[in-house]
Amino acid sequence: MAVVTYRDALTQALREELQRDDRVFLMGEEVAQYNGAYKVSKGLLDEFGPMRIVDTPITELGFAGIGVGAAMVGLRPIVEFMTWNFALLAIDQVVNAAAKMLYMSGGQYKMPMVFRGPNGAALQLSAQHSQAWESWLAHIPGLKVLTPGTPADAKGLLKSAIRDDNPVVFLEGEMLYNTKGEVPDGEHIVPIGVAEVKREGSDCSIITHGKMVLVAMKVADELAKEGITLDVVDLRTIRPMDVEAIAASVQKTNRAVVVEEGWELCGVGAQVVDFIQRECFDDLDAPVIRVHQEDVPMPYAKNLERLAKPDAAKTLAAVKKVLYLD
Amino acid sequence: MATKVTMEALSPTMEEGRLVKWVKNEGDAVKTGDILAEVETDKAVMELVARADGVLRKRLANEGDSSPVGTLLGVIATADENIDALVGGGAAAPAPAAPAAPASAAGGSTAPANEAVAETKDTAGATAVPDAPAQAQGEASTPPQEKAQATAQAAPPRPAAAPPRPPAARPPQQGNGARPAAGTQSGGRQRSSPLARRLASERGIELGKIQGSGPGGRVVKRDIESAVSGAGGRSAARSAAAERLAAEGDFRDVPLTQIRKTIAKRLAESNGPIPTFFLTAELDVTRAAEMREQLAEMGDEYKASFNDIIIKATALALAEHPAVNAHWLGDKIRQFNRIHVAMAVAVEDGLITPVLFDADRMQLWEISAMARDLAGRARERKLTPEEYTGSTFSVSNLGMFGIDQFTAIINPPEAGILAVGGVEEKAVVIDGAVTVRKRMRVTMSCDHRVIDGATGAKFLQTLRRLIENPLLLVV
Repeated sequence: MAVVTYRDALTQALREELQRDDRVFLMGEEVAQYNGAYKVSKGLLDEFGPMRIVDTPITELGFAGIGVGAAMVGLRPIVEFMTWNFALLAIDQVVNAAAKMLYMSGGQYKMPMVFRGPNGAALQLSAQHSQAWESWLAHIPGLKVLTPGTPADAKGLLKSAIRDDNPVVFLEGEMLYNTKGEVPDGEHIVPIGVAEVKREGSDCSIITHGKMVLVAMKVADELAKEGITLDVVDLRTIRPMDVEAIAASVQKTNRAVVVEEGWELCGVGAQVVDFIQRECFDDLDAPVIRVHQEDVPMPYAKNLERLAKPDAAKTLAAVKKVLYLD
Repeated sequence: MATKVTMEALSPTMEEGRLVKWVKNEGDAVKTGDILAEVETDKAVMELVARADGVLRKRLANEGDSSPVGTLLGVIATADENIDALVGGGAAAPAPAAPAAPASAAGGSTAPANEAVAETKDTAGATAVPDAPAQAQGEASTPPQEKAQATAQAAPPRPAAAPPRPPAARPPQQGNGARPAAGTQSGGRQRSSPLARRLASERGIELGKIQGSGPGGRVVKRDIESAVSGAGGRSAARSAAAERLAAEGDFRDVPLTQIRKTIAKRLAESNGPIPTFFLTAELDVTRAAEMREQLAEMGDEYKASFNDIIIKATALALAEHPAVNAHWLGDKIRQFNRIHVAMAVAVEDGLITPVLFDADRMQLWEISAMARDLAGRARERKLTPEEYTGSTFSVSNLGMFGIDQFTAIINPPEAGILAVGGVEEKAVVIDGAVTVRKRMRVTMSCDHRVIDGATGAKFLQTLRRLIENPLLLVV
């Protein structure tokens, strides 16, 4: 298996699906001539031409709407948002048009499209450009919400997303694009709605997704030195959520820490905790603890930003607390 | 506001109850939680408690009446309130306050029904919430650092590490059966994780006997595990039977069957509060005497008295006859899985009964050493209360005073006591020939409410087998 970056894994998925199905096209700001703001679409214009790799003006609502219309008439658009922060301008098309089209048309219009782009905080991009939107988007019936945390999942899930007949929200990470990992060559599919245990352990479960998977793995490495083994459950898909995987892990370890990039109130972790208390009540030896961004707009100052973000130290402290070792 | 007193479901399976006795009279002031009446359920006699403050204005059921759950039994109201509508109204109103069932679920499915009532009282109005972080959600103006601090301060202080296990099961408290659910919490409710409750229930461990090591004394998984692994850890060489007993908890409550209730009532009427009968057996202790000599030759540390041998044999026999290793608790019989044998020791102006805890698991030499130590300190009046309470059965020996046989008086709530006479050489006939053998008479006093004649006799058979084949005591 080749070791490639998360960015190149995404490019592989795009290229393979563009080759496989000529109804697939990519549209967004700077995706064609500039090879993508984060170079995810590098080389695709040359290979597939301007009818399949389409540069748009800075009009998120407009090109998202074009994507919805194209999907209604049988194409399979991939709409790239330069970041999900900019997608707020297009949220009406995502939530009111794409998510509801199949339902409100009585099943007449499928919506085989993907909205993708980087999500969550990078470094010092301040309050408006450092936000994790998965809890907003996962709230909407009609959408599927994917949050790959590794290059292999990025490739396999993007291919699944493009082939899905429903609108799929695909959340990448600016800080993830350069991370490397083994990615199977050629046809590699990761099914939507299936979590993966990234690390097997018996003392505590960390349930997380997206960028925080790397944080969880780091904490697992750290605690392994103390003889504490963690089960790291990577949800991979937020909606539909793999409740069985969560339950299986917590029933094994009897305790859980739920880690996410976003804010606490009504976050993804709140839903995970709800599943845990319902499915695993008699298995719990400690209250479940959540690790998340502090309840403030992301500060610009480096030191404050660091304090506001969920990180390995906070996660480690949470694990120790549920293990009654604090 | 008047409140109905209804027949409550005092056990999970109760469909109707018999009002045994009114504890409060019409016109008595009552407070929430006061005992109004005693009700016999399908399982036991339980307390019906007031669910409101006021005056017990009306009693609508007579003592001895049986009525289905939900039946109106009385009315609590203020002294001058008009309750005609209630008294004349329908009888099948639901209980005004939470019935016992939810509390019983919280206490674990094996909790005896009377604990469920205690829990209901303790937790009324206070749902058990694990210590949620005291973190105000949704206050965007709170700087993160302050919030982190607030959370840290809100965390409860760490409790000390799990203390060593108490020496033995305490005897059950006497009284009306309303034992507190648990020990250390100020609210009277033992905190425990759901997993700990499940494990305790599966392993037959009483949560109340465990000191929690989690925040606020919460009993967590590791506490259950250490309770299981630490149980009777005094001797590494525990028998498989002892393992099994420990795994099943310290005791088993046996509900009273109707026949058992009748036996208890009739016999107590006939013969004092404890209807006692006596079983005497003469045991051949020739071989036990030989063993004593051989042990003494091996060195002082192996020396054992007849009394030590009897205690060891009694403990092993009790292990085979749990029905004898029991307490009479009025509404049930409690059979103990652990065996704590008390031995009567004469002191200057009376007697005292120090206890050999888990005597069945002690080696003979351990019993000797401990019995010697306990008896010595008993005579010096240096025993602590823990050392002379908690027994499940007793042995009294007057052999050293030249007594051939006697009857000992049961120490309630124990169900039996063994009175041991002196060892005497006698001419006995064995296989048609007269031989001289060492003989000893034991008399067991039995509480007939707990032990029937045949039960006691079988126990003595086992005791005879052990004492007449004393190698069984050391293998």
